[in-house]
Amino acid sequence: MPWTRQHLLTIEELARAEIEQILATAAAFKAVLGRKVKKVPALRGKTVVNLFLEPSTRTRLSFEMAAKLLSADVISFDADRSSTTKGESLRDTAQNIQALNADMIVLRHSAGGSPLYLSKLLHIPVVNAGDGAHEHPTQALLDVFTMREKLGDLRGRKVVILGDILFSRVARSNIHALTKLGADVTVVGPATLVPLWFRALGVRVSHELRSALADADVVMLLRIQHERQAAGHFPSVGEYTSMFGLNKTRAAWLKPDAIIMHPGPINRGVEIDSELADSGRSVILQQVTNGIAVRMACLYLCAGGQPEHVLAPV
Amino acid sequence: MTPLWIENGRVIDPATKRDGPGDVFVADGVIVARLTGAQKKRAKKIDARGLVVCPGLVDIHVHFREPGQTHKETILTGSHAAAAGGFTTVVCMPNTSPVADHPGTIELINAAAKNAAVRVYPTGCITVGMKGAQLAPHGSLKKAGVVALTDDGLCIQSNELMRRAVEYAKMFDLPILDHCQDDSLTKDAVMNEGTVSTRLGLKGWPHAAEDIIVARNIILSAYTGAHIHMQHVSSAYSVELMRRAKKDGVNVTAEATPHHLALTDESLGTYDPNFKMNPPLRTEADRRAIIAGLRNGSLDCIGTDHAPHTPTEKDREFDYAPNGITGLETALAVCLDVLVRQNKFKLSRVIDLLTRRAAAVLRLPAGSLAPGANADVCLFDPEAKWTYDAKKGFSKSSNSPWHGQQLTGRVQTTIVGGRIVYRAGRIL
Repeated sequence: MPWTRQHLLTIEELARAEIEQILATAAAFKAVLGRKVKKVPALRGKTVVNLFLEPSTRTRLSFEMAAKLLSADVISFDADRSSTTKGESLRDTAQNIQALNADMIVLRHSAGGSPLYLSKLLHIPVVNAGDGAHEHPTQALLDVFTMREKLGDLRGRKVVILGDILFSRVARSNIHALTKLGADVTVVGPATLVPLWFRALGVRVSHELRSALADADVVMLLRIQHERQAAGHFPSVGEYTSMFGLNKTRAAWLKPDAIIMHPGPINRGVEIDSELADSGRSVILQQVTNGIAVRMACLYLCAGGQPEHVLAPV
Repeated sequence: MTPLWIENGRVIDPATKRDGPGDVFVADGVIVARLTGAQKKRAKKIDARGLVVCPGLVDIHVHFREPGQTHKETILTGSHAAAAGGFTTVVCMPNTSPVADHPGTIELINAAAKNAAVRVYPTGCITVGMKGAQLAPHGSLKKAGVVALTDDGLCIQSNELMRRAVEYAKMFDLPILDHCQDDSLTKDAVMNEGTVSTRLGLKGWPHAAEDIIVARNIILSAYTGAHIHMQHVSSAYSVELMRRAKKDGVNVTAEATPHHLALTDESLGTYDPNFKMNPPLRTEADRRAIIAGLRNGSLDCIGTDHAPHTPTEKDREFDYAPNGITGLETALAVCLDVLVRQNKFKLSRVIDLLTRRAAAVLRLPAGSLAPGANADVCLFDPEAKWTYDAKKGFSKSSNSPWHGQQLTGRVQTTIVGGRIVYRAGRIL
């Protein structure tokens, strides 16, 4: 089956087979990352613009790394130094980038749905690098890629996503990816951050950590933002940690081979004990490395590449 | 003025309980029971075969943006949109620039309204600058001609101030129109809170924020006896609160918009700002409750909340696009579709909601074909199919969720004060 999408906007719109295609392509690129010369010529002569209108370090670095390893030229564009601070609209900014002959835009934006909006305006591919609380597709793809490396087939596997689910694009994209791949997902956290509405996305909702962790194969932690406390979503960071933080005692409730994930950046000592983050159960840094391969796959496919051309030796 | 003889139509006038084939006569700007022999000879005959002849429609909730925001709409262009939609009487909201909290601003509006195609009534602000802190001069506003007071769009949050406002306005027999929204529950909210907002990752506006203020207003109305009107009720729970209040005889009224009757938050899947308004589109259960509320009288009338914004303002990220959609040109067709065709309302009932009952909320001299009434008449073909092109419409703006949609039911002729102002797609 050929890859037909020009844009990568959401996981929700992808078919299971398309997720499999991305993951297979990412696996091939991961093999490249193990070589002495890591660069491939797939996007030589193309320019990728990282349009990051919301602060981000690791996602931007990861996309830059991925594009460079594909031999693309990369321009990164930050919110604070951009014309958007002068009041230029997203439409005008993006159309200017297209007029500058960019071949692809990677967009990070605080407003949900803005990658879809851009994709309708532009004729070049748009890759969503996180839109508001909506989706962060490449994060979910690197997460399921990592889970599959550790656990194999995800059908019937139990994944707990723990923390600020309400405001999390990572949670939403993971929910879509995991349910499409057949995993059972439970979202856990305080009721103010884990509303029952999430059941409509095909997941279990729980506010009780122990039972949720007991049969989990994966526990994915999400960053707790201090501003949620100010908005009354929980009484204090200390209370959050005491009720929902992952510490040694609670990690002991997990099955011995369960893995711990975190999309970063980590609040050590808040949602996870520092020791656990660095323990053998944690795959946090492997997630980061896999992120490069997954983003290489996404850029490659949206630029018109076909999976079978990578699956053969590059 | 040439007398009019509107013949061969189906005359529906809920105010006089007419519903059947018949003629409508107009002389000297008013409806008359019959024309004299001399008038008959001079009369212009209008053939209404296949058409419904009803009172001109009444919309007690429009935004005509004048003064100050005339890039979106003017009183003239807004009145053209009204005429094209069969409306002959409209009530303008005061959130202009400057806001209409001063008799001088009302005079400006009234001066512009003289050239309008339809009757345009102004409202004044409840509070100075619509800031929700200090009462505007209600008495002077009344003298200048306002028919109601409202801080539309900016609900008064202080219960104390709202209590004083309704008590004070009651002295001048001015109803208070309230946009019911507890702001503390809706910070940064851009759509209904529910499964759809959860899926789209957009900040939700819980219907509880409306219900709390509807309840507050019912309580203050019961306490003071003042008339409070709930604008654009969007939630099932608020409809139920209104039902109970009416049963208890509380002096409250409420309106529903065509878009809350026809659409739900499921329409927001493509993040199209032309489906973004405040209060937001809600769930199918809410939509059904609003329809039921119009059926059983919990809700009094239909109002469009016609809220024009330019394409540049609307064409951006959903979070940042302004609230509001246009509605005057599509209201009748949408109501016919949802209420008559889908929900088996009698046609006369729907016309009642768009005419007599809307006028009654603010006691406006409109919504009737009784002899002596202003000759404001709407002629429409209930079966005509047409495709709405918002860009070719009469409003200065085109922010409509029905752009490009096929609609059934189209206004053919609009008459204001005995003068034909709109006919067959043209403003005259």
